[in-house]
Amino acid sequence: MSDEEKRIPGSSDAGLSDLFITFAKIGVMTFGGGAAMLPMLQREVIDNKNWVAEEELIDYYAIGQCTPGIIAVNTATFVGYRKRGIAGGIIATLGVIFPSLVIITLLAGLIQNFADLPVVKSAFAGIRVCVCVLILNAVLKLLKKSVIDKVTVIIFILVLAGSCFLDLSPIIFVVVSAAAGLILKALSEKKGGEQ
Amino acid sequence: MNILLMLYWEFFKTGLFSIGGGMATIPFLKRMGESTGWFTNADLMNMLAVSESTPGPIGINMATYVGFTVKGIPGVLAATIGEVTPSVIIILLIAAALSKFRNNRYVNNALYGIRPASTGLIGAAGLSIIVTILFMADGSFKVNCQGLILAVVIFIFSNYVKKTKKLHPIIFIAFSAVIGIIFRWQ
Repeated sequence: MSDEEKRIPGSSDAGLSDLFITFAKIGVMTFGGGAAMLPMLQREVIDNKNWVAEEELIDYYAIGQCTPGIIAVNTATFVGYRKRGIAGGIIATLGVIFPSLVIITLLAGLIQNFADLPVVKSAFAGIRVCVCVLILNAVLKLLKKSVIDKVTVIIFILVLAGSCFLDLSPIIFVVVSAAAGLILKALSEKKGGEQ
Repeated sequence: MNILLMLYWEFFKTGLFSIGGGMATIPFLKRMGESTGWFTNADLMNMLAVSESTPGPIGINMATYVGFTVKGIPGVLAATIGEVTPSVIIILLIAAALSKFRNNRYVNNALYGIRPASTGLIGAAGLSIIVTILFMADGSFKVNCQGLILAVVIFIFSNYVKKTKKLHPIIFIAFSAVIGIIFRWQ
């Protein structure tokens, strides 16, 4: 029997150390997070390891995007849990964050030591300008996905203005908007039902 | 309170309420810097630039950076573990009832409200950062003309020029660093 034939999608076993190493690899190869991670996940978790089926991974990724926390971490937890239960979920998560811990700690230490050099200061003065644009670009991209009708336009504007002018924690805006989404949708569904 | 516990708690809250990936943590981090005094908005910008330019999820990179700045390596662990704790717990719960969660009307309705709010929060944090970097100097209003020109140039090249809009952000970051060095920005 050839390898092709016995390969049922998503059927291969995963050891805990294997989970850690594979997700650490995905962590190293993900540049910029979010959408950049999906191709890496597909290659490692589906093509190389055959740990989950393609559709499963897409589901995990979609849920990872709409649950709290970082998408990469959420997806790692899912795959780890699917293969080795709770321990697997935790080990895969530790794997995906491990490279960041090492790389950023080293860099942060370096930057702290050289932060007072004029050339480093000038470089970061330039970089901060670029970061302004990167944030603006991220917001424009998110706008297309999240602001889709009248209600969401209003929520967006209210939160934007409220967050600019009121000294409130972002947590409050998130909780109130979730409630607004629940109530307004329920009302519009009721209205639709009566007509 | 013990500073490590504080770090853990602050990042726990960030991880629990920021929905939609690394950029969504920015409003929370900005608030964190303002309320604890651990870092300034300018520090936050530097951290974001480094996080965008290095491997790994942006949110984890930012947490690591803040943790290290506040309390060295123990700080790194407290911040990152704090940030992932809520999502690990939530995902483990959801994984047990996967299909129900995706098709749940209440979950979808709540997210319908949360998504534009999350965008609004990032927008507000972004605006205040843009004002600080481009329109303020030493606490008073002053247009950073050279900076504004660079910002417009990068905006155009990263959105409208076909050949360059797909480039990785690290290219624009490196370019801006070189401009900063050439013109000796402070």
